[in-house]
Amino acid sequence: MADVIPYTREEKGAQPPSLYLPYKSTEFRAPKQPLVILPHTLSEVTGPVYGHGRVLPIDADLTKQHAGEPLGERIIVSGRVLDENGRPVPNTLVEVWQCNAAGRYIHARDQHPAPLDPNFSGAGRIVTDAEGNYKFTTIKPGAYPWRNHPNAWRPAHIHFSMFGPSFINRLVTQMYFPGDPLFAFDPIYQGIPDVKARERMVSRFDMDTTIPEWALGYKFDIVLRGRDATPMED
Amino acid sequence: MSKKRLGQTPSQTVGPFFHFGLPYEGDSNLIVGDVQGQRIVVEGKVTDGAGEPVPDVMIEIWQANAAGKYDHPEDTQDKPVDEGFHGFGRCATDNDGIFRFNTVKPGAVPGPGNSLQAPHLVTFVFGRGMLKQLLTRIYFEDEAHNANDPVLALVPDERRGTLIARKISPSTYALNIVLQGAGETVFFDY
Ligand SMILES: [Fe+3]
Repeated sequence: MADVIPYTREEKGAQPPSLYLPYKSTEFRAPKQPLVILPHTLSEVTGPVYGHGRVLPIDADLTKQHAGEPLGERIIVSGRVLDENGRPVPNTLVEVWQCNAAGRYIHARDQHPAPLDPNFSGAGRIVTDAEGNYKFTTIKPGAYPWRNHPNAWRPAHIHFSMFGPSFINRLVTQMYFPGDPLFAFDPIYQGIPDVKARERMVSRFDMDTTIPEWALGYKFDIVLRGRDATPMED
Repeated sequence: MSKKRLGQTPSQTVGPFFHFGLPYEGDSNLIVGDVQGQRIVVEGKVTDGAGEPVPDVMIEIWQANAAGKYDHPEDTQDKPVDEGFHGFGRCATDNDGIFRFNTVKPGAVPGPGNSLQAPHLVTFVFGRGMLKQLLTRIYFEDEAHNANDPVLALVPDERRGTLIARKISPSTYALNIVLQGAGETVFFDY
């Protein structure tokens, strides 16, 4: 029974190298030895699909987790989780986290001298529906400085973590906002070799999900690895 | 009829500030109810290429239960699932770079062909300074199947030890994860 249908491998150019010197912290954290090529086994094509705990509606509205409204530009982020064959990834956990509108994380180690917002924590969890759709409400995160190089600023972004149908699909990424002037200076964004692939991390403004008098809509689809085998149907 | 493939979404670093954003029920304790098998602790220290402990990485493990069954629809083996054990754990390293999981010793699981894989934990390392996660495995030194494991067999002899946890007490296994340099852990291209 033990031969499994493997998933595709890393798409060349779409995934970053471990060592990318413009991003300084990679220098001592990237392996120097060659990676050992691993065939996919039952251990890799299975993964946590149950036991994600209870995900509540409030987990998908980051503007309602405190007594008051957070400061900033209210936005609705939605999209689909798909595989490379265009098939939806249903019932998968999406975890998101971000800084506040001023560019400050509630994290204890964040020393950026921008104000904390008592009405904003910045963490959410959503489970995709049967068609792979997810949606959450938040405020637009600010840009923030970091110490990678002189005058280094991260473009505004929301961190995303996805599980997918198997452990091999595990993906942690960041969603960016269209037209950010900081893209050209950000070694984390630039760490993706293929320019077209980088742009997949940039959400698009969407009038259809924009709610009058309330919030701007942004769309962001996420594509996880698919199966090598050509689907027999459709 | 060939359908055009969609491009993969690139990976980005989890960054230094993930802790508040990735809460998980049970977290580093995989045992949340009734479970069969030997309860064990798996612990270790993560160090970088300068030999320094890494205080801000996140380790995730995925494993079979004591019977060698994954709690997943693609594991079609006729073996029992444990209600109190789903096989996934997450642990952020502490200020000294230490991670620690409370779990059960997994059973052997099927490998390619007719092979059997020795008990192991599939292990991801995420962190600041890591644009993508690294994949490794944690095996156990007191398992006879290690000698025939089809994945360990792919690893050069002299590096195999970096994947095998030592038994430091009857129920505690220890394995350090070395991201770079002398004794560098074997990571996989998957
Ligand atoms: Fe960030």
